[in-house]
Amino acid sequence: MTAPERAAGSPLVEVENLTVRFIGRDLDICVVNGVSFTLDRGSSMCILGESGSGKSVTLRALMRLFPPTARLQGAIRVDGVDVLALEENRLRQIRGGLISMIFQEPMTALDPVFTIGQQIAETLVYHEGISFRAADARALQLLELVQVPSARRRLEAYPHELSGGLRQRAMIALALACKPKLLLADEPTTALDATVQIQILLLLRELQRELGMATIFVTHDLGVACEVADKIAVMYAGKFVETGSVEQVIDHPRHPYTQGLMNSTIHADMRGVALDPIPGAPPDLTDLPAGCPFAPRCAAAREPCLAVQPELAVLEGGQQARCLQYAPGPAFSEAALLKAS
Amino acid sequence: MLVYILRRILYTVPIAMGVSLVCFALIHIAPGDPLSAIIPEGASPDTVAQIRVAYGFDRPLPVQYLKWLAHVAQGDFGLSIMTQRPVLAEVAPALVNTLTLAAAAVLFGFVLGCLLGVASGYLAGRPTDKVVTAASITGVSIPHYWLGMVLMVIFAVNLNLLPATGMGEGGSGTFGLGWDSLQYLVLPALTLSVIPAGIIARSVRGTIAEVRKQDFMQTLHAKGLPGRRIFVHVVKNALPSVLAVMGLQLAQLLGGSILVETVFSWPGTGFLLNNAIFTRDLPVLQGTILVLAMFFVLINLAVDVLQTVVDPRIKRA
Repeated sequence: MTAPERAAGSPLVEVENLTVRFIGRDLDICVVNGVSFTLDRGSSMCILGESGSGKSVTLRALMRLFPPTARLQGAIRVDGVDVLALEENRLRQIRGGLISMIFQEPMTALDPVFTIGQQIAETLVYHEGISFRAADARALQLLELVQVPSARRRLEAYPHELSGGLRQRAMIALALACKPKLLLADEPTTALDATVQIQILLLLRELQRELGMATIFVTHDLGVACEVADKIAVMYAGKFVETGSVEQVIDHPRHPYTQGLMNSTIHADMRGVALDPIPGAPPDLTDLPAGCPFAPRCAAAREPCLAVQPELAVLEGGQQARCLQYAPGPAFSEAALLKAS
Repeated sequence: MLVYILRRILYTVPIAMGVSLVCFALIHIAPGDPLSAIIPEGASPDTVAQIRVAYGFDRPLPVQYLKWLAHVAQGDFGLSIMTQRPVLAEVAPALVNTLTLAAAAVLFGFVLGCLLGVASGYLAGRPTDKVVTAASITGVSIPHYWLGMVLMVIFAVNLNLLPATGMGEGGSGTFGLGWDSLQYLVLPALTLSVIPAGIIARSVRGTIAEVRKQDFMQTLHAKGLPGRRIFVHVVKNALPSVLAVMGLQLAQLLGGSILVETVFSWPGTGFLLNNAIFTRDLPVLQGTILVLAMFFVLINLAVDVLQTVVDPRIKRA
């Protein structure tokens, strides 16, 4: 039996204790620090976090899309394939084949001097060994699949000749070209107008169900997360600080950081209500505090938070939160709040 | 695109007119009387006036210009003052010689420059890149007449491998593709290619390093394309700006290098210009400069057209 068949019953993605460091001449930053998760076939997950939390790096780790300065540790298995052990050659085959990716800025993510059709077709040519002619026909079908109007004409268009929404649709068509089992989306709607954002999200959700792909989204937008995900992971300073189903995390956020994110989200019925942002800025990854990295910004922080790095605590319904209040020792309950508010 | 190209070709007409005007004006801007080389010493004012009329210098300037232009349009650039032969008969073979030399220098310089530039662009920041950068800066900075003399001393005088000067016994008339002829080409072409090689290496390196930093490179890797296909993307993106630099370098090489052609006694346009300047042979000077300037205009046209073909972002309306 081949690896994919053997793995049919198991999760599509298994990540264990992933760390990603970037090492340069005078820099050594650990951007992702011990991330573990699994994702079932056909389901979708959203990684939520601020800029610099390591969410995009976690996403890129799944296809090892890094400059040579990156060092990865831990284990990543996608459809039974040990991604971290792959040689360059095999890695190329799974990139765009088994796993594909949509980027944030469709203007700069597409090559400006090749037509949309050429860029979709070349992926097919190199993965499936078909001719450019046959690939062109497939590219047309793909553009129709992502609901690009007058697709035949758009095949000949260059990226700068399309609107942002159409470019992102083309990017999605490109990502779907070889029927990936896992689609990675790095803030796929951030660069788009609000009205176009919804269209793209709905399209992605529809395609995901239709094609049975598993999807991992990365976003800092809670609205996007609710819209598309089955499962949410909240990331802070290179670690998952809270995971759970969308309902669990959105309705009952357990980690103070997630609660802070919810409070700093603006929606219509908040008119007249004072906003309650999270104070301070994300920590410097080169100089992380000894204890919980969120403690300096946390309203619920107590003395032990500054000394002990919390583990993920499993709460009811499988929701997990990385906070000392869910694994309290006597020292924690007795200690006073650091901030009097 | 065709409309754009046609319009671009049309634009060259006023440019060419402007160039011809400057060439015509050269005679009158140049210090001294243009006829001083012909008029015998101690000639009577009457003789001088006669010569003046014979050459048409008594007419108003616009009339002179239009008459000259009409002649030029028919390929008549006048007679050389020194040889009394038609200027075109002087310029044409010189131009062929310069073209031969330029072609050899382009072949060598552009290929070398591209290879070095691609290598150091791909290895930006690594030791290879630093060596190439140092080499190209050196190449651009070396005075080529000095390099020419050094090469001559080494390969012609000391090693006696190559001829030092000239184009061979038959001159340009019998120049062919055999080693007998080509050996004369090696040293001047090599000398002439060093600066373009350096400039092109620098420009290719910069462009390629820049292209490789673009966001879409990540997409190409994420698509799982092999390195050779990604290279095609890099080249196509780098091409427009590299073409522009190559066009300028080519135009400069066609202008012939007065210094290099003089050092190697290569009978090209540079050599011709040099002689014309020292003998105050104004019709030759004028004709040569006009022909060279037209080449400049044509090469610019060719580069512009090529760029539109290669880069879809250039507006084609």
